[in-house]
Amino acid sequence: MKLRTAAAAALVMTLAACGGATSDAGEGKPAASTGAKGTVKLAINPWVGYEANAAVIAHLLKSKLGYQVENKELKEEVSWQGFETGEVDAIVENWGHDDLKKTYIEQKKVAVEAGPTGNKGRIGWFIPQWMADEHPDITDWKNLNKYADLFKTSESKGKGQLLDGDPSFVTNDKALVANLKLNYNVVFSGSEAAIIKAAQQANAQKKPLLFYFYEPQWLFAKEKFARITLPPYTKGCDTDPKKVACDYAELTLDKVVSKKFADSNSTAYQLIKNFQWTNDDQNLISDYITNQGMTAEKAAEKWATEHEATWKAWIPAGS
Amino acid sequence: MTAIVTPPTVPAGDPATTVPDDGDGAVLRRRRGLPTRTLLVLLSLVTVAAYLVFRTDGAADSDDAPAFRFFDDVRAWVDANRDTSPLFIYGVNYLRLGVRLLVDAVQGALYGLGFAGLVAAVTAIALVLAGWRTALVALGGFLAFGVLGLWPESVDTLVLTLSAVLLSVLIGVPMGVLAARVRWIGAVLRPVLDVMQIMPTFAYLAPMTLLFLIGQPASVIATLIYALPATIRITALGISEVSPVTVEAATALGSTRWQLLRKVRLPLARPTIVLAVNQTIMLALSMVVVTALIDANGLGQNIVRALERVNVGAAFDAGLAIVIMAVVLDRVTSGAARAARHRGVRPARRIRWILAGLAAVAVAVISVLPAINATDLPQFSFAAPVNDVTKWVELHWYEATEGIKNAASAGLLDPLETVLTTTPWWLFVLVVAAFGTLVSGWRAALLAALAAAGLAGLGLWLHSMQTLANVLVAILLTMIIGVALGVFCARHDRLAGAVRPVLDAAQTMPSFVYLLPAVALFGASRFTAIVAAVIFSVPPVVRLVERGVRDVSAAAVEAATSAGSTPRQLLWKVQLPMARGGLLLAANQGIVMVLAMVVVGGLVGAGALGYDVVAGFSQREDFGKGLAAGFAIVLLGILLDRLTHGFQNAKGPRQ
Repeated sequence: MKLRTAAAAALVMTLAACGGATSDAGEGKPAASTGAKGTVKLAINPWVGYEANAAVIAHLLKSKLGYQVENKELKEEVSWQGFETGEVDAIVENWGHDDLKKTYIEQKKVAVEAGPTGNKGRIGWFIPQWMADEHPDITDWKNLNKYADLFKTSESKGKGQLLDGDPSFVTNDKALVANLKLNYNVVFSGSEAAIIKAAQQANAQKKPLLFYFYEPQWLFAKEKFARITLPPYTKGCDTDPKKVACDYAELTLDKVVSKKFADSNSTAYQLIKNFQWTNDDQNLISDYITNQGMTAEKAAEKWATEHEATWKAWIPAGS
Repeated sequence: MTAIVTPPTVPAGDPATTVPDDGDGAVLRRRRGLPTRTLLVLLSLVTVAAYLVFRTDGAADSDDAPAFRFFDDVRAWVDANRDTSPLFIYGVNYLRLGVRLLVDAVQGALYGLGFAGLVAAVTAIALVLAGWRTALVALGGFLAFGVLGLWPESVDTLVLTLSAVLLSVLIGVPMGVLAARVRWIGAVLRPVLDVMQIMPTFAYLAPMTLLFLIGQPASVIATLIYALPATIRITALGISEVSPVTVEAATALGSTRWQLLRKVRLPLARPTIVLAVNQTIMLALSMVVVTALIDANGLGQNIVRALERVNVGAAFDAGLAIVIMAVVLDRVTSGAARAARHRGVRPARRIRWILAGLAAVAVAVISVLPAINATDLPQFSFAAPVNDVTKWVELHWYEATEGIKNAASAGLLDPLETVLTTTPWWLFVLVVAAFGTLVSGWRAALLAALAAAGLAGLGLWLHSMQTLANVLVAILLTMIIGVALGVFCARHDRLAGAVRPVLDAAQTMPSFVYLLPAVALFGASRFTAIVAAVIFSVPPVVRLVERGVRDVSAAAVEAATSAGSTPRQLLWKVQLPMARGGLLLAANQGIVMVLAMVVVGGLVGAGALGYDVVAGFSQREDFGKGLAAGFAIVLLGILLDRLTHGFQNAKGPRQ
């Protein structure tokens, strides 16, 4: 710590001499720059699937490669800002975000892609299965207005309620509702956990609910929900976020790391780059965390002992 | 309530006739009040008529107001020029760098001590500054962080808090002295400090990230802005309270101005300045936790995490750690303030004591302690039991809470919201100006009206009015509960004694901790935010009301009692009317707190301005709107504060 302070002080002087400080002045060196085992800063975005990825990576970094790991609870877009300042080394489940990629990878050149996670991400609208059984035509978006009354709540201003998640999640729902002329109001529950709770209640107490959700998601293995068919996705139909009137695309979820972290080419970077698994793997860990009362660390450890064949391939050669 | 024996013959007349003047020339009801009341009634009638004639359909806010585009452009410019514009590379970035160095230094020092070292150091400091009892509290408190398994997080929070407090004191104390001694500086600072204190914490997170990016420096600077007004204000108060006689004497002895300041004013104001530090620490602690949303490390991260997982138990542990830290810091600094008052002007000896204590700690640390770790302590967490209770409540109270929520939303919130959102903005501005003039004078009214017009100018009319509706419902509930509790406490000393520590703890909790119990009970809704706001703002209201009722002169109470008033009459006809000043002050303080909390409710489905702010710093295309919403919240704060400002110099007799 003292070294870092001294280095930073020296940096101030140098900068004063040659004029001006850049925005990342004084921030720590990239975690694992010189082969010395440093600290890897992982952004933790607020959904349990992401947490599963991060937990397994953190577990392997710590136990197999000897790094320290610092978790940062950050929303998606805020994490990207962390690449600029050095607060974040890696995002380990990125949902598209082409606009951010353009800004931070192409323009600012502070981040680089580190390959897919192997997970396919699919966002959509869902209702509990019993509703689809009762009203077979409800799963077509064209009929949603007919049933809007069912979904009324205290928050939906006399319209039907479409329950969304964290305001920071990737969503076109407000635009979709407007552009498809649906008599619905988007209400943000604030978190994935809140949607899950509402969805479980909807099944347990037979309460109507229309909600935003996504795969990979452990809940789909436990309870039955029906997907609403939206107008089909065509390439480019979601370019203008205000004019979207089509379904969500299936996304290849990927990893993004800071440029400095990638340039270090440390074993930590290589592990994150090599990391690749399936939706089932992720759902298993999410289930451990959510329903079996395990901490993320414990869940990752359990998975790692059970699935050595999967992660063996991620460990960089020669380490 | 104890049984009340009512005397059979009670003159149930007008209190103005039954209660005699208390002799200080204070009258219970001013004659002058009557025309004002008539005017208010008339104005209300005109307002209702105008509303019925001019109401609109409450159209949705556009996503593309000029203000939003302006802020988006600002962001684009900053993003493009952060590493080239002189404003940034010679100004803002250096600021960031300086704060970063400070945080690193503080962090180095605290981490360097290690677990045992830090616990020992804090205990020793508490012992020297505030005596052995406080030292025990400090020892127990810091060990508790380890027991809760939250040691590193607690230290991180402490690092940020101390850094912000250090800066606040370095900047605030000199400014406080200047504000007290140089008239124009005081006059210029006052409105600035007013605005800084009204500004809800939530509103300045986005501008902070724009200027300073995310991380510890942005967190410390945001905290600084939040805590600094208290430092300046209380310091200025301390300096201006120094007795003029003493100053006169020193001047007569030939002191220069500098000597006057150093040898007379500062030493005499020392107890108050220590109190300023105490308040600064409390405010900083609660803000540091909120800045977890912009990547401050520490306990705030645990709370954000718990909020995202709707894990009440996990938040309970972290919240408890925050309360413990607040209690320890408060006890140590208020103990120091008390000591400063008693021992007066003899700092040299105390400094020697402190040095001796620190030396002892250093020796102890070097010799034995580094081997002990926080993880060696027995671990205990409240998470599981608290979650069990939560689950039980959710299961069994679901129907009831759902019913309350729906009734309150449909019966109170929706109609109010409809009225506010369908009022044309110009009518609202006029109404604010008219009522403001009556309640708080034309200056305050003008400011309030300008703020109201600003809301429309930002293009966020609908959301502002929705937020306002939430605020009004919440302040109504807060006042009902707060006044009831406050009166109760004022009449029952033992109850007041028992409630006080609870209120203390409640006031140190950072605002968004309160979202969790509210979410557990009511799900994601506007009502949830209202409930959280009520929990958040009831404590200070209780306190002010209790003070107001207790302050009612004993003579008046005595007179009323001897005239045969029942306790109920005493309360309704004497104590409450005479405590009106306190009640209105409570309303003024409460409403600003309610606003601060209602917007945080944007995190849990309360929508409106709070949602815009959250979306603004988490969705790029909403940035401009989010920043505009931040400004709208500030304007709304100014509007509400100025409108109720007149309450402070209330027409109540005790002022």
